[in-house]
Amino acid sequence: MTPTLWGRIQTRIFLIGVVGSIWTLIITPVVPLSAPLSTKYQGTFSVLGVVLVVGLVWELVWHFFQQFRWEKDWPALFALAQGVPEGIAAWLIVRSGVVPGKPQVTLMAFLVSFVTVWLVTWIFVTGPIRVAFPRWRFFGGRFF
Amino acid sequence: MNNLEPRMVNETIITPGMEPPVEPEQPTGAAGDLTDELLHADFWSDDLVARAGIPVVDVPLVSVGGGMGSFVLCDWLRIAGVPTSEIKVLSATETPWETYQYLASSSQVPEHERLRSDSVSCPDNIWGYPSYAFREAFGERSLSKIIAPLWNVFTEPIFTDYFTPRSGQVFKGVRREADRIGWWSMVEHGQVRMVRKRDRGGYFTILTPPSGTTPTKRVAYRSNWVQIAVGYPGLRYLPDLQEYRQRHRDYAHVVNAYEPHTHIYEELLLRPGTVVVRGSGIVASRILQRLIDDRDHHGAQTTINHLFRHYIREPHGPNIWMRRPGGNGWAYQGFNWPKGSWGGQLKFRLERSEGEDRKHLLEIMGGTTTPKRKLWRHQLARGKREGWYREYIGEVTSVEPGPHDTVVTKINTSGGVLELPASFIIDATGLEADIKQHRVLADLLEHSGAGRNPLGKLDVERNFEIRGARSGTSKMYAVGSSTLGGYYAVVDSFLGLSYSGLQIADDLANQGFCKRIGSWSSVRNWWLWSFHRELPGRR
Ligand SMILES: Cc1cc2nc3c(=O)[nH]c(=O)nc-3n(C[C@H](O)[C@H](O)[C@H](O)COP(=O)(O)OP(=O)(O)OC[C@H]3O[C@@H](n4cnc5c(N)ncnc54)[C@H](O)[C@@H]3O)c2cc1C
Repeated sequence: MTPTLWGRIQTRIFLIGVVGSIWTLIITPVVPLSAPLSTKYQGTFSVLGVVLVVGLVWELVWHFFQQFRWEKDWPALFALAQGVPEGIAAWLIVRSGVVPGKPQVTLMAFLVSFVTVWLVTWIFVTGPIRVAFPRWRFFGGRFF
Repeated sequence: MNNLEPRMVNETIITPGMEPPVEPEQPTGAAGDLTDELLHADFWSDDLVARAGIPVVDVPLVSVGGGMGSFVLCDWLRIAGVPTSEIKVLSATETPWETYQYLASSSQVPEHERLRSDSVSCPDNIWGYPSYAFREAFGERSLSKIIAPLWNVFTEPIFTDYFTPRSGQVFKGVRREADRIGWWSMVEHGQVRMVRKRDRGGYFTILTPPSGTTPTKRVAYRSNWVQIAVGYPGLRYLPDLQEYRQRHRDYAHVVNAYEPHTHIYEELLLRPGTVVVRGSGIVASRILQRLIDDRDHHGAQTTINHLFRHYIREPHGPNIWMRRPGGNGWAYQGFNWPKGSWGGQLKFRLERSEGEDRKHLLEIMGGTTTPKRKLWRHQLARGKREGWYREYIGEVTSVEPGPHDTVVTKINTSGGVLELPASFIIDATGLEADIKQHRVLADLLEHSGAGRNPLGKLDVERNFEIRGARSGTSKMYAVGSSTLGGYYAVVDSFLGLSYSGLQIADDLANQGFCKRIGSWSSVRNWWLWSFHRELPGRR
């Protein structure tokens, strides 16, 4: 991947907002959390919201690191590995109670929803995205 | 060895199907040939062409070349719904990969060797998905061979070298896609002589079919759009080697890596010898690998003297944000341009730059580089240790015949003049000729308003339209190495050809020639590709 900053932001919004949402809609019923389904959805979508909003800040950080690379590319491995710090930060934020609505999420439920969302969006961005958006790769990850 | 015919005329290497450039032609006066009037007029009328007796074929789009650049554009257009009857590809070669294969195999990349482009640079698949690594994995039977390419693309370039496909995989893929889109029915064979503007809009492209295949010597194609995809305008020898070859009529001991030169490897298997290799790019790396592989596996006793003009000792570049890795003489880079210039931030930066700024940026990002592959580094380190690989840094002052069938290279080094006798000299510098060396390009500069960019090559817009060559509302486009120096750096690579194909296809869609490929049609077409469904709209 060879993202520009604007491309990173657009791609993040699309990946988490669209692909992540569809995945979360599907996965939430089986997320391990003994609560009514509506509470579960509130929890998983709050996690998704945090990953999206905080992710926009993360993109600035990743883009800064990218500047040290001669190739100005972002290897697939980095895109996957950035899930570790992002996941830890998201968990701390969800747990701290600053998220509106104070969602009920256990560590286990968080892990299942976050890790699967991360994997699914990563797989999507390493290939299938180009099938739906054949221009995406030539324009730094921008859609517009 | 003496029966080797010199494949060199006017300093350029002749690739398959191409005729050596000849002196300015005189009209023969025969019906169906170019006339004086035609040769001198910048604009041609239908009448003028008819008077010369040249038959005219009408077709909306003509692609000149028929190599990889033509192929990729046609792939985009066919997928965008253009029927085969609306495109004519005029080509000197039988297949789109012929010239590429010729140059690659001469420079020691046979079908089982790996290329220098990444897994998603797929001229046979506009999406780059499934990538070559995936396709290689799914073609394998053993678990380790299935996992290897996947692991490679997963960990590249951090823990492994970049994955690169085998050249045979690319040719096979292109053949398959060519069958699917009906490529073969779009191609007409022959030499394109020129493209001229038509006085009432559009262009005439003059083809000289193989003699005897048509009633007239020339055929004219009248079209609204033309794509020029003629590949390298010509590949040259280093001036001192050129002079040696011509003066001593010795075409066997001093060769260019881009011409067939297997006789050298064969000789070196028979008796120990010394080779001087010149150049420090990917081609030099490949030649060195071949020489060392022959040492390692076939008992050759070759000594290699590697001549560097500029020796790179360390990472280099203007500042810490632009520092390219380097060492042991080489500038290291995975591909011929940094990836960010393929479609990332460097691409956008270049797109915004003009004139000298653009030239400067291209100089920083481009130049002579080679991938940092483990195999090559280990081979050279071993050679240095064991004394059969030696590095020399300096400027060549002359190349002369020496005793016992040798050729002596004299170089100016920091420690004085040095003489390097060798059995063979291989020029791996890959010098490209000026665009004027190509007849069609020279004609464009002279008659069609085309100009040069800051690097002296063909000046094209961001969408690859040739500046100044518009005819009425009709446009002419150019892709490939002859456009280097424009707003896009990576013009001479599979990925770059995909990009230029897309830009041209989108521009043609804006002019109503085809549909713009949107997400839905893209997904649908990908599905058709996956099941190898023939595209409709074939004759
Ligand atoms: C040794 C080598 C290795 C390379 N390896 C890679 C790689 O690994 N990955 C990568 O992405 N890129 C690679 N490239 C660069 C590039 O992708 C290829 O050279 C590619 O073939 C360029 O496509 P093209 O259409 O510009 O030229 P070509 O494929 O050469 O096609 C041009 C065609 O035009 C024809 N032609 C020219 N003049 C006329 C005329 N007057 N009339 C009719 N026909 C004409 C020629 O016969 C030729 O068939 C490599 C290049 C070389 C030389």
